Amino acid sequence: MSAGRAALLPPSRPEFERETLDARNIGEIERPLSLLERLGNIAALRRLLLLVLLAAVWQAYASWLDNPLIFPTFADTVAALVKGVASGELVARTVTSIKVLVMGYAAGVAAAALLTGFAVSTRIGTDLLTTLTAMFNPLPAIALLPLGLLWFGLGNPSLIFVLIHSVLWAVSLNTFSGFLAVSQTLRMAGHNYGLRGLRYVARILVPAALPAILTGLKVGWAFAWRTLIAAELVFGVSSGSGGLGWFIYENKNELETANVFAGLFTVIMIGLVVESVVFRAVENGTVRKWGMQQ
Amino acid sequence: MALAADSPAPAADTAAPLLEVEGVTLQYKTRQHLVTATYRVDFRVYRGDRFILLGPSGCGKSSLLKGVGGFLKPVEGSIRLNGRAIERPGPDRMMVFQEFDQLLPWKTVKQNVMFPMLASRRCSAREAAERAMAYIAKVGLEKFCDIYPHMLSGGMKQRVAIARAMAMEPAILLMDEPFASLDALTRRKMQDELLLLWEDIRFTMLFVTHSIEEAIIVGNRILVLSPHPGQVKAEINSDRSPDGAASLQRRIRRMLFAEEVEAAGASP
Repeated sequence: MSAGRAALLPPSRPEFERETLDARNIGEIERPLSLLERLGNIAALRRLLLLVLLAAVWQAYASWLDNPLIFPTFADTVAALVKGVASGELVARTVTSIKVLVMGYAAGVAAAALLTGFAVSTRIGTDLLTTLTAMFNPLPAIALLPLGLLWFGLGNPSLIFVLIHSVLWAVSLNTFSGFLAVSQTLRMAGHNYGLRGLRYVARILVPAALPAILTGLKVGWAFAWRTLIAAELVFGVSSGSGGLGWFIYENKNELETANVFAGLFTVIMIGLVVESVVFRAVENGTVRKWGMQQ
Repeated sequence: MALAADSPAPAADTAAPLLEVEGVTLQYKTRQHLVTATYRVDFRVYRGDRFILLGPSGCGKSSLLKGVGGFLKPVEGSIRLNGRAIERPGPDRMMVFQEFDQLLPWKTVKQNVMFPMLASRRCSAREAAERAMAYIAKVGLEKFCDIYPHMLSGGMKQRVAIARAMAMEPAILLMDEPFASLDALTRRKMQDELLLLWEDIRFTMLFVTHSIEEAIIVGNRILVLSPHPGQVKAEINSDRSPDGAASLQRRIRRMLFAEEVEAAGASP
């Protein structure tokens, strides 16, 4: 047995110690990336390239189809857009839409803040939030428009009513699940410093849940934007000049398809700008900087 | 490293205990069970103590710390700090947690250290900034004061947490296994740094650990707890001399594992 054990012993080796080399003498340890590699790392550039590609495909298909009534070319759409902007009509319509949108969005977010504040501080509030979101979140905002028209008449108040509905549940749901996900350690740290009630929510929970809150705000924004355009398509003019939805509807009736496309294009562009400029800037300045989101 | 507390300190007010824990039974609820974490635990911490709560998992040492922190109310017995019963969490008992995520990710190192001073409305902004920088310097992180926590290593994060707690100059510092998530080398270094800080500032701390070695290095007085539910097994003075530490380590190990050995021996 002992002979067998001895055979399994690893060989004995001499020990040694070494001086490590000066890193500067080893050669290339880091080198800057090439220009092409660095350009490839810019997300905006990559996306711009994608947009150019899509526009080219559009132009090619529409030229091949050659039916401006059904599918105008990219060039025609851009021309209609430039004309609309130059005449001021498209700008005025957009401003009308955005004004209503901002009012509805702000009111919705404020209501969400109240609801989640209540939900996070009391158990009955939690029940209220979960029940209400379960009931109303699946309900399309546009389905409430007839009711809004009945209660508030033809005009901005009924638009704001449906906007609040479209924003409130998405923002509340995300904010609340963000609050629930805040780590126990951070909660205890906050309480340790004597923070309670509203100060605790504002100084610990809100910043700690910011990634989820931002997601909620983004989803809420998208919901609000599409609800607004849909609502304007349904009943159009409120207070004299209609919004973008009404612009699209009018031009469809007049078979100005290029203008319809220009209107849609504006809707898309505003969505893109808000998503990739406004929200991105907020994210870069907060959750990304803090390492809470990659 | 000579540690003066191993000999009796001359100050007069060390005679009265700072923290008195008497007959404390702690219970907490999980979804299905009511768990008794500790049963009638007594101990007293005096000013300048590096008091260790040592025991295996399930001995309720963290629950005791939470009790002192004011996060858990005793169902029996009393916890008094400076003669006053502890009602709720407060900034006179600063906690340092094991988890790295105890730092607020949306604040820089300096803002993190300042935050409790401002949140508890104890200091003006200027005073908080001065004190924060002084304590950040004490843990050697001046260069990193404007950096966000996610860019720091685990050891650095714990240093910031310690600086943040110390900057409040609390009556007692509560440490819940602050070095348990660190690698062994960093942990050893942090233990020495903590002792140097203690030499410098002479704070009082209550330190939870499950490592016998760490208890002997960090503490001057060790409370040994038995598990399920936690009860006091012994209270002993630490001994950092190489021979003393080794025999103390054996003694504590015997204390903690004797029951298991007996139980194993008793079963047929």
